[in-house]
Amino acid sequence: MKFQLKNILAVVAIAFALFSCSDNKDTTPTINELDGLTKFKEITNTSHTIELYTHAGALEQGYNEISLRIKDNASGQYVKNATISWVPMMHMMTMTHSCPKSEVEKTTTEGTLYEGNIVFQMAQNATEYWDLKVDYTINGTAYTATSVIDVPASVKQRVTTFTGSDNVKYILAFAEPHHPKVALNDITVGVYKMESMMSFPIVDNFKVKIDPRMPSMGNHGSPNNVDLTQSTSDKLYHGKFSLTMTGLWKINLQLLNTSDVVLKGEAITDLVPASSIYFEIEF
Amino acid sequence: MKIKLQAFLMLFFISIPLFAQEQTKDSLVPKTLQEVIVIGNKAQLYQKQSKSLATIDDYLQKSGKVEMIKRGGYAWEPIINSMATERTLITIDGMRVFGACTDKMDPITSYVEVSNLSEATVTSGQQGGCHGATIGGSIDLKRNRSGFLNSGWDTSINSGFETNSNQKIIGTALNYAESSFYVDTDLMFRDADNYTAGNNQEVLFSQFKKFNVSGTSGFSFDKNKLVEASVIFDKATNVGYPALPMDVSLAEALITSLKFEFVPKAEKITSELTLTNWETKIYYNTVTHRMDDTKRPFVPIHMDMPGWSDTYGYYSKIKGVFKNHHFLADLNSFYNRSVAEMTMFPSDPNESLMFMFTWPDVRTLYNALFLEDNIVLNCHSSLKFSTSIAHHFNKVSSQLGLESLQIFYPNMKGTKSSILKSITANYSYDLNGFQYGLGLGYGERAPSVSEGFGFYLFNSFDRYDYIGNPELKNEKSVEGNAFLGYKNKKMSTKISSSYFHISDYIVGKPDATLIPMTIGASGIKIYTALDYATIFNTDLNVDYQLNTEIKWSGQLVYSYGKDHENKNLPFISPLRYSSSFIFKRNKFSYEIAVHGNATQTQYSPFYGEDRTPDYAILNFASSYSFRWDKSKWNVGAGVENILDTYYSTFSDWNNIPRKGRNFFLNVSFGF
Repeated sequence: MKFQLKNILAVVAIAFALFSCSDNKDTTPTINELDGLTKFKEITNTSHTIELYTHAGALEQGYNEISLRIKDNASGQYVKNATISWVPMMHMMTMTHSCPKSEVEKTTTEGTLYEGNIVFQMAQNATEYWDLKVDYTINGTAYTATSVIDVPASVKQRVTTFTGSDNVKYILAFAEPHHPKVALNDITVGVYKMESMMSFPIVDNFKVKIDPRMPSMGNHGSPNNVDLTQSTSDKLYHGKFSLTMTGLWKINLQLLNTSDVVLKGEAITDLVPASSIYFEIEF
Repeated sequence: MKIKLQAFLMLFFISIPLFAQEQTKDSLVPKTLQEVIVIGNKAQLYQKQSKSLATIDDYLQKSGKVEMIKRGGYAWEPIINSMATERTLITIDGMRVFGACTDKMDPITSYVEVSNLSEATVTSGQQGGCHGATIGGSIDLKRNRSGFLNSGWDTSINSGFETNSNQKIIGTALNYAESSFYVDTDLMFRDADNYTAGNNQEVLFSQFKKFNVSGTSGFSFDKNKLVEASVIFDKATNVGYPALPMDVSLAEALITSLKFEFVPKAEKITSELTLTNWETKIYYNTVTHRMDDTKRPFVPIHMDMPGWSDTYGYYSKIKGVFKNHHFLADLNSFYNRSVAEMTMFPSDPNESLMFMFTWPDVRTLYNALFLEDNIVLNCHSSLKFSTSIAHHFNKVSSQLGLESLQIFYPNMKGTKSSILKSITANYSYDLNGFQYGLGLGYGERAPSVSEGFGFYLFNSFDRYDYIGNPELKNEKSVEGNAFLGYKNKKMSTKISSSYFHISDYIVGKPDATLIPMTIGASGIKIYTALDYATIFNTDLNVDYQLNTEIKWSGQLVYSYGKDHENKNLPFISPLRYSSSFIFKRNKFSYEIAVHGNATQTQYSPFYGEDRTPDYAILNFASSYSFRWDKSKWNVGAGVENILDTYYSTFSDWNNIPRKGRNFFLNVSFGF
């Protein structure tokens, strides 16, 4: 009997130890950096191999969160101290241009992974393609690697390009949520303007109005949506939108400048069933 | 002040006229203010009324306190004292059963058959609170049972046919009883096509098919101990609802119970305290309901709307006598799970299906204690007190459903609990056939699943989508009631009235900022509470025996319902009346009756009502009973709506017309 009690105490103690362990996620040494990521591309030059990852394991037209790491071909080790920039480029029949993109930053200081985002405002086709040039510096030495990448059209509209009433060309890209729910969802959108063929900076202090609708359901709409405003931390635009059921939703948009003047998009009424700029979500 | 005066005047008014009709009992047993509608013991089903195979709805409608909201030819929704399902309580032998349809297309009464039941007890207001919280009153449907009669085998076959709707009815009852054991079974099948309204207008989608089988078996293992098991299985298919945009492909219920009853042998515990009966029942029922629109020719979008409701419960009721106190204590509890969902099919088959929970898996746990004391003051007067306290708990179990509702109520918690209280006092007096009674009561009810947690429930009456409101307060009712009656050998007359002042009266209120979901809907209503509403009902019943063969019966019912802004409430009956002559000689009986309503002037456009014109219909029924060899036969035949009047009543959903001329024939025989 005494022996059994001792055993029980031991089991309890172990259980406690395990529990307290799983509670302290921060100190757990073995975080898998690649958790939830799938490699979709490797770009190789003579010295290094650049591995590119996304959650979906592929790129598509629209806003893409991309992770990468650099493997030293000689040692097989992943580089932790690189400084990286990238240039996506669309090669069209008559011209080339880039697209909105973020800086490339380390995901964690200790890890090997770097991340950023790129908004492909158009998809590839039979004659036109995207490539990605990665420039990086390791211990003062500069390297570069370039490769063609696959950017197929998205099934649903995730990005919209238009000229506003101020004659500026804008790009709006749907960033999040990745997994919309029948609920009040947080929404994140990138708002960019086209300064030149190569420069697509984020636009500051605008406003994005949203009106989610279901065209298949008599243009049913949802309540308590919150228009998007820019966040000071990530510079993206954040708001809330509610989806009352699963299915295909059209997120009608209006872009307003700093003076609340509508640059593009229409409010939905009985006569105007859809805005000229919108995203689509299907789940 | 004005309200109080109004209430006072009404109470005064109700004590002027007359009343009658209760079961006569030992004068020392206190009277209860109940109305009992006899439906029939199996073998004698036919003896009770000429059209013995009428639906349960037809039987209930005879009460002056009950009306029926009709969405077609089947599954009418009872309203008691001008109040519908949310404010009333319908039980089967004390068991709680909850419909699984978000649109109230399956009231509890639709899951039983006349052959299952012996009687229905209609109780007005808080006095009906024995089996749960109610505002308007209750109906307890009593199961049929042979009892320990030692009558041996008893078989009967019932069949019927109705020309209008081509309804075919066939049923059997097989009973066996001996002194310590009985088993009763019955089976009934109805199959009806579309009915035709007056002037030969066919009402499309009014067909139905219903199958019901039930069994009850009792065993007494000691002279004073009884165990009884009971089961009802009811299945309706292909049920049309002409007043609604959708029909029902399946409505199915399994209702089971196990009862222990103990009648103490040593009658007296002390010299003054006697326990007369102790009854405990555990029960389980499950209801499946599938709405379906695949047979409708023009729908903007096809949708499937199934619903499920499972209920587990028990009650334990003890009755006794202490000096001149007849007391009753009832401890009861139920746990219900209500889920309903909607899937819509886009016209483009490549698009994702549109899915939502319309009842987000709501669990309800209810625990109550009900106490009643009926004090016999003297041989002709008694005073009855009853009180109950209950705990009502709701939980939204579906995460998806909870998050859906949080779109409207971002701070909503998944659970809600409340305490429901009820108290009544009634005085009654009975001397030389003259009787009167007065009562006061207070009661509360929690919001229903739809009112609290419904999600885009389309009401085709006012054409709004309804959204539940988890922040609703309990509805509270203060009521006063009175009756006055006189009875002698020739006549019996009774007038009874009830007045309700209901605070935090739950209704839907339009919110113009919200966009409806249902294609073609006018908008969205959010369940909210009016400050108060008042409802008044009074009914006069007169029976007069003209001579040994002819009896005249008359009924006059008046209702009134207003909200705090003096606007009309919906489903308030205009003045309605019926008058019938019943002629009985030997084994023949004939009945000729007129039923009618005055014009509905107190209608409520806000709730989708319009003015309903007056109407009157004429019915004739006859029956003949005879013995042939060893079997007992009964033939009932008659014509309803003889003049083929085209009409609809205040409680016909979307003014759906009622049945035109209908010939019926019921043939029953037993051996």
